[in-house]
Amino acid sequence: MDRNTEVAVPEKRTSVNDDFAVEIQHLKKSFGDLHVLKDVNLTVRKGENLVVLGKSGSGKSVLIKCLVQLIEPDEGKLVILGNDVSAISNDELNVLRKKIGFLFQSAALYDSMTVRENLEFPLRDQKKLSAQDKENLVLEALKSVGLSKAIDKMPAELSGGMRKRLGLARTLILKPEIILYDEPTTGLDPVTAKDISKLILEVQKKNKTSSIIITHDMQCARITANRIVVFKDGYCVAEGTYNELENADDPWVRSFFQ
Amino acid sequence: MARHNLYDSEDEISEKTPKIPFRHLKSFFLEVSLITSFSFEFFRQLFRKGFEFSETAKQSYKIGYNSLPLVAITGFIMGLVLTMQSQPTLKNFGAEAWLPAMVGVSLIREIGPVITALICAGKSGSGIGAELASMKVTEQIDAMEVSGTNPFKYLVVTRVVASMLMIPVLAVFADAIGIFGSYIGVNLYGDISFRLFIVQVFEKVEFMDIFPAFIKTFFFGFAIGIIGTYKGYNAENGTEGVGYSANSSVVIASLLIFIIDLMAVQITSLFSY
Ligand SMILES: Nc1ncnc2c1ncn2[C@@H]1O[C@H](COP(=O)(O)OP(=O)(O)OP(=O)(O)O)[C@@H](O)[C@H]1O
Ligand SMILES: [Mg+2]
Repeated sequence: MDRNTEVAVPEKRTSVNDDFAVEIQHLKKSFGDLHVLKDVNLTVRKGENLVVLGKSGSGKSVLIKCLVQLIEPDEGKLVILGNDVSAISNDELNVLRKKIGFLFQSAALYDSMTVRENLEFPLRDQKKLSAQDKENLVLEALKSVGLSKAIDKMPAELSGGMRKRLGLARTLILKPEIILYDEPTTGLDPVTAKDISKLILEVQKKNKTSSIIITHDMQCARITANRIVVFKDGYCVAEGTYNELENADDPWVRSFFQ
Repeated sequence: MARHNLYDSEDEISEKTPKIPFRHLKSFFLEVSLITSFSFEFFRQLFRKGFEFSETAKQSYKIGYNSLPLVAITGFIMGLVLTMQSQPTLKNFGAEAWLPAMVGVSLIREIGPVITALICAGKSGSGIGAELASMKVTEQIDAMEVSGTNPFKYLVVTRVVASMLMIPVLAVFADAIGIFGSYIGVNLYGDISFRLFIVQVFEKVEFMDIFPAFIKTFFFGFAIGIIGTYKGYNAENGTEGVGYSANSSVVIASLLIFIIDLMAVQITSLFSY
């Protein structure tokens, strides 16, 4: 990332409201002629699960990648846990990133490492943890996604759904304050998908995490969502609880729930 | 994204056709400048705190272990062949006693370092390029970045340092095996004790043969590491990009090795006379 390290930081706590974990204001992003995000405004309250719905290719993954600065937005303001993401230094960004869990749509497992090493990787510079603590965290994380038996396998030996669950375990292992889930249940059977949705809910309750959950799985949305936003053509076009949107006036929004 | 209408595209063609040679030149200079700034970034990150020792050790082991057999075999054959081919000529001149020294000098000065570097460019350079490229296109580098680990430090710095450490070691090893091959070669024509042979080799090998040759292997290692990591780190276009990265790492690194070799010989001769 060629981010400028030496930017002046006028005021770090730019959030007007400390109740928000994430605030997105007028976010814009284009790839050449392709305007993916045209004007996105979103907030996630502390302890809230926000589900994002939208057609494939509507820019949902781009949105959460902008949040962690994997993709640099063209315009807009992103405030995470009171930090203006575009105004902080690289080191501060790294500190912030450790508080954010990111589940990649592709799971993004480290192919050259075993399952255990994959899970240990986020714990590398946690100097407070002893080896035994780390081991316990790894076992606990694997157990929560039902992969205890796979601990010494390589990612290439896992099925698609197992990879997804391992990615989830790696995301959860540091107990982040904010979690960005990119399609956590895609590619799983209905029973496992439901277990994972319940796990997401459980994590929210237990660790008071705030999450953005991108999904096409309406069961997952129903179980996990406190609030839902719907994406279309680079804008958020609808917002509400599951029940509200299920009975929305707009037939296009309603069609997601059928 | 072919959204141009007919007129637009015609305009574009007539406008761009005469520029084609310049465009290639431009992309060449662009690439050179990108590799240069990538190298600067390497040095910047190298001297920041938090060096990844164990990962560097692991990569060094990998580079050394992977290339060792190939380097040994080629080194041996080079020494043997060089001896067998020079022997008749030297004999014609009645200078057979010079054979060990001549082979020793050519091995240490040129053949050992360059052959080792070329083999490592093919074996390790392409491996680094392919590995990082596949990590890049499957978002593993992104995953490292969001987990708060600096991927440049963890992936690039370790591999470049490992290759700068291992190429010199492998080159010295290739020299030694090559000299042993030469000893076998000499013994095909007559009997000479190993001790006498070694004495004859090092009679004519001077400090100014060994030192510049050793120094240039660090640069070879740097070139192999930087090009492999640069190509991998900036891979694009999904899995297709992985093959391209591996391939272009080898091509560019090999070319650079010869360029560095040429520069090294110029610089050395400045100091020798
Ligand atoms: N790095 C990139 N470079 C160029 N275009 C990109 C890039 N990343 C995404 N896009 C484009 O942005 C658009 C939105 O992509 P994104 O991955 O956000 O979709 P999505 O809403 O997550 O879809 P899905 O539900 O299928 O995952 C797509 O048209 C894609 O082609
Ligand atoms: Mg997506």
